[in-house]
Amino acid sequence: MTVADGWETYADEQRERVGFFTDTSVCIGCKACEVACKEWNLVPDDGHVWTGNSYDNTGELSANTWRHVAFVEQEKPLLTNGDGGTGLRWLMESDVCKHCTHAACLDVCPTGSLFRTEFGTVVVQQDICNGCGYCVPACPFGVLDKRHLAPAPDLPAFAKEDGRVWKCTLCYDRLKGGHEPACAKACPTKSIQFGPLEELRERADARLAKLEAEGWNGAQLYGRDPEDGVGGFGAFFLLLDEPEVYGLPPDPIVTTRDLPEMWTNMLAAAGALVVGVAAAFVGGRS
Amino acid sequence: MAMELSRLLESWPALRQLREGDPLGLGKAVQSPRSQSLVPRIDEAEHVVPSICPYCAVGCGQLVYVKDGAVTHIEGDPASPISRGRLCPKGQASKSYAYSPLREYKVKYRRPYGTRWEELSLDDAMDMIAERIVETRADTWETETEDGNPANRTMAIGNLGGATLDNEENYLIKKLMTGLGIVQVENQARI
Amino acid sequence: MPGLGTSFGRGGATTFQQDLQNADCIVIMGSNMAENHPVGFQWVMEARERGAKVIHVDPRFTRTSAMATKHVGIRAGSDIAFLGGIVNYILERDLYFREYVEHYTNAPVIIDEEFADTEELDGLFSGWDPEERKYDIESWMYEGMEVHGSGGESEQGFKPTKGEASGHGGHGGALSHGEPPSEDETMQHPRCVLQLLKKHYARYTPELVAETCGCSVEDFVEVCETLVANSGRERTSAFCYAVGWTQHTVGVQMIRACAVIQQLLGNIGRPGGGILALRGHASIQGSTDIPTLYNILPGYIPMPHAESYGDLDNYIEANTSPTGWWGHFRAYFVSLMKAYFGENANADNDFLFKSLPRIDDDNSAYWTVEQMLAGKVKGYIIAGENPAVGHANGKAHRLGLARLEWLVVRDVVEIESAAFWYDSPEVESGELKPEEIATEVFFLPAAAHTEKDGSFTNTQRLLQWHWQAVEPKDDCRSDLWFYFHLGRRIKQRLEESEEQRDKLIKALRWEYPTHSAIQEPDAEAVLQEVNGWEIASGKFLTGYPELKDDGSTLCGCWIYCGCFKDGINQTARKKPHWEQDGHVAPEWAWAWPANRRIIYNRASADPEGNPWSERKRYVWWDDGEEKWTGLDVPDFKEDKRPDYVPPDGAKAEDAIAGDHPFIMQADGRAWLYVPQGLEDGPLPTHYEPHESPFDNPLYSQRANPGRQQNQDLAEDPYNPVADEPGAEIYPYVVTTYRLTEHHTAGGMTRTVPYLAELQPEMFCEVHPDLAREVGLEHGGWATIYTSRSAIEARVMVTERVRPLKMKDGRTVHQVGLPYHWGSRGLVTGDSANDLAHMALDPNVHIQEVKAFTCGIRPGRRPRGPELPRFVAELRQQAHSRRDQDPRVEPEEARKTS
Repeated sequence: MTVADGWETYADEQRERVGFFTDTSVCIGCKACEVACKEWNLVPDDGHVWTGNSYDNTGELSANTWRHVAFVEQEKPLLTNGDGGTGLRWLMESDVCKHCTHAACLDVCPTGSLFRTEFGTVVVQQDICNGCGYCVPACPFGVLDKRHLAPAPDLPAFAKEDGRVWKCTLCYDRLKGGHEPACAKACPTKSIQFGPLEELRERADARLAKLEAEGWNGAQLYGRDPEDGVGGFGAFFLLLDEPEVYGLPPDPIVTTRDLPEMWTNMLAAAGALVVGVAAAFVGGRS
Repeated sequence: MAMELSRLLESWPALRQLREGDPLGLGKAVQSPRSQSLVPRIDEAEHVVPSICPYCAVGCGQLVYVKDGAVTHIEGDPASPISRGRLCPKGQASKSYAYSPLREYKVKYRRPYGTRWEELSLDDAMDMIAERIVETRADTWETETEDGNPANRTMAIGNLGGATLDNEENYLIKKLMTGLGIVQVENQARI
Repeated sequence: MPGLGTSFGRGGATTFQQDLQNADCIVIMGSNMAENHPVGFQWVMEARERGAKVIHVDPRFTRTSAMATKHVGIRAGSDIAFLGGIVNYILERDLYFREYVEHYTNAPVIIDEEFADTEELDGLFSGWDPEERKYDIESWMYEGMEVHGSGGESEQGFKPTKGEASGHGGHGGALSHGEPPSEDETMQHPRCVLQLLKKHYARYTPELVAETCGCSVEDFVEVCETLVANSGRERTSAFCYAVGWTQHTVGVQMIRACAVIQQLLGNIGRPGGGILALRGHASIQGSTDIPTLYNILPGYIPMPHAESYGDLDNYIEANTSPTGWWGHFRAYFVSLMKAYFGENANADNDFLFKSLPRIDDDNSAYWTVEQMLAGKVKGYIIAGENPAVGHANGKAHRLGLARLEWLVVRDVVEIESAAFWYDSPEVESGELKPEEIATEVFFLPAAAHTEKDGSFTNTQRLLQWHWQAVEPKDDCRSDLWFYFHLGRRIKQRLEESEEQRDKLIKALRWEYPTHSAIQEPDAEAVLQEVNGWEIASGKFLTGYPELKDDGSTLCGCWIYCGCFKDGINQTARKKPHWEQDGHVAPEWAWAWPANRRIIYNRASADPEGNPWSERKRYVWWDDGEEKWTGLDVPDFKEDKRPDYVPPDGAKAEDAIAGDHPFIMQADGRAWLYVPQGLEDGPLPTHYEPHESPFDNPLYSQRANPGRQQNQDLAEDPYNPVADEPGAEIYPYVVTTYRLTEHHTAGGMTRTVPYLAELQPEMFCEVHPDLAREVGLEHGGWATIYTSRSAIEARVMVTERVRPLKMKDGRTVHQVGLPYHWGSRGLVTGDSANDLAHMALDPNVHIQEVKAFTCGIRPGRRPRGPELPRFVAELRQQAHSRRDQDPRVEPEEARKTS
């Protein structure tokens, strides 16, 4: 199985890789996940703009929205045998950072702010991030985003302007305390399931088999496959239509596929630099 | 000088990456001080108080986390057989409701024909309201109806509300109003 | 709800949310459960995952429909036609659960020969009085029986009054003898209830349903087949409803129609069955059980009526049922008077009965608004409610508030009802000017739920305690604090008074311990009084059977008796569900009555006391132990044998036979036919909404004849309807609703950033065809108007609000309007309720905001003084056309024989 980049560095401290399985076949589009995330992570509200795009007024994942529920109104029956009444269906999907096995954002981050945690998740460290934004275009899903907020003097957490990058941490702090992430905990129908990734994949396979047997129209797993372009998602999905329908890239590829060689070159250069610096000190002393 | 050099080199990410078996700086080597010491704030709460969601009538269980006299977080109570720890967006936002930027903390008073709110102490407000009730009631008391039947009431005062109030609060409302002969006691259940 | 109360005996959900997982079929109708009760909906999803059918019947395709295995779109307000069609489908094919129906319902009872059905009188039942606009119900009785009221006397006895049954409570009527004298167990007698039902619904054919509701015959029949296939000994089906049923001029009868179906299919009192009334607020059920309602005292005890009840004995007699648990009415009432007045109430002074205030026909909330407009109400206290946005015809409410002398508003934020005098559509239009409004306004900030102790009663009759977490800041106070200290101050002022009118308030027991710096009353002390105790010993009562009628017990709400049993706050029990066996979890909080979770659960066993099937076992008779046992507290006298036959002269519950599970009913049976307790008929009948573009396809009587209207109230004008000239100005059906992201009038959600952003703006939902028809653009603006007002909304064009094909191929368009917005908050917008009228259901005085008519055109509404002018011009046009050829309804024209 593909190992998440950087996860192996924890040796003894490594914990079981965890993630989300978001099963859209039971999502009721309530947005509890969006609110639970914001309440827990103290994410600022994302503006009061009515989009007219079904019931989605959040629009997309961003620095201020780490869970986003997409709504798709379709003229398609729920089941392939035509059952389900009016032939109308309303797909809802709670999107989130995919916590990729091969995460481009991680690769390009020059500060070490973006890193792989001991749980195999991908987190931006706010005490490190300098807002350079290299990671933003690197993400094949458009998850990473810089926070541009006017300072809010009344709210200590947002007292100064912020240009850093923010995204889902899979509730890193909660994981450290042994708690499940806020969105998964709140989800009324357990559309968002949290757990060890391996277990979630098994659960998802069983779920897909059940839905296929029942004839659900378009049921498919997205990001479950460790052999895909990003080595599988740490947060993957069961969709009821093609990914594009939900605004997801159909075949995401880690944008830094060729980076390892580049880094090797850089390290060689860095090594040379160390020698050079040391020599300079030594030289200075003498 | 050597110490300084050594510390400088230690903190240099590239070296830390090499030493910690994380040559690419993707994992442990770049874990920041904050990341290393993260503690979820629910673990830092002084009290955890079981509560019930104030929105709809599903009656979800809540756990209210308190520190320094303030609510630091609210989430679902897994022990509830009804909600099993889950909450909807409203229930999940109930801390933000209690700390709404629009929340009012002071009595506001608008005098007849006034064009603005004025300040008023809670104590004065209570006295004035008590006085209004006593006076309106005295002025409009009906011992009998127009048909000569017993009435024992005032039809000039009404009370509206109760569906998001506690049973104990409703009990006192109905008891007090009945004692005062105020019969127009109504709430959202009618609506 | 009297819909449930008259049918089964208690006005509460018959089941609990978690039990939905045991259903084989769930019909959600009059409810958008996934959106408005999302966490409760997990139990519907559990059932679906286990293979249950989930049917959603609703005018719109909602997030509930998206999760259903079947959605059927119907025209708003046509529900009784649909439900009546199901009844007809069942009866015509003899698909009812015969043994259940014969033993557990009043199907075999023979009805008085004077009774005439709507089929005979073209939409009216016998007894209609066109002058009084109400029924004389004498002819509706069981044959050979005089009807006694059980809380019903005040409704129908002396002078029939408008709807004394409560909003969410109300209980069954009573009969003179335990068993009805005229019965036909073969259920063949032409006047037995089953045959009357057959006759009443015979014309509710699938074709009629289709052309009345706008659904297809196939979809309708599929619903019938699914329901029938999933009911019976081995299988059960549940219904869930909410205000999509109650908020109609026939709201109570919609619930009644559901009750008829569930009786015929044998689904009441059984696991996976029942009717789950989904209440919309944390303690809607609680606020009717311990009412803040004009017509009842705690525990559904009727308020004394001005025109009746000379003395205590008369009142008691009128409200005591000789049989069933209402046989102990005196004990319930006297114990309440002891709780209210302590030693000041005693047998010598009739427990102060004569000093209690009296009500008239209707003193409900909308009536009060009329009185405000007439200048008769001087003072008003609003606690946690926002009528300026949340009530039908917001403008009438705001104008009413402007005519008060004083107003107290208690809320967490400054809601529209507090700000009406400077921030309202009428101030914007110039109809109200702050400097001309005499109302003195006190705004008092309230404590949040985290800042006080207390109990909510949830949708399944469950009392759940919430503990205070933090102290309220500054002037913020609980309502417990406010009313306690207000009462204390008033009593102080009146201490020296010798006035007769002050006698009662002076006699009021008003001593509760307080704590903390702000002197917060002890909520548990209040709950203890609600539970009650034996006065001599101070011992807490364990249940209402212990209540005495001699003044030796005290109890603030008899149906809640037991909530502080053994001196323990039972409502605060929080034993985790994983530490309890099974899904009933009886040690989590406390349910009324007597901690029963499914009520009438004796019906989960057959007449002999055995489970109907292994699959559906719940409560049964244990012959060895000689008692009822099972998964829940039996809702039956524990040791009453299934073959128990009441001896002659048996009283109260002793007069209920061992095979009659509905112990609150005088005859122990569920009522398919309600002879007493309803204002608008013993059987649900399809009537059109007060405002509808259609005639009634069944009768020339168009709308509910008993509905309450305000024909003379200038502030509440109506649109022309059906074929009346002028109706074409308001040709569309409009329905209002809530969204997951907001709560009612928005005071608790438009003020919260994380919720405000999720649904930031008022919008209307319309179908592409309607958008084309009137030129609406998706994302643009629309103005929606009625005779009352006009509002603007962003346009959402969606297939989810489908046009329906009606009779003669006529198409009806529906306009969907969420009603959360107002002029205050982080996000603001026009209020849908400003469009609505105040015509009401006659039983419960609830407004019809789920179906009325409107016009819609593109663009924003006129501003300032132009707005009322715009509304008035259209109205005058419509009314002048109507006046040339007004419709005369049978309800007004015909004298009954």
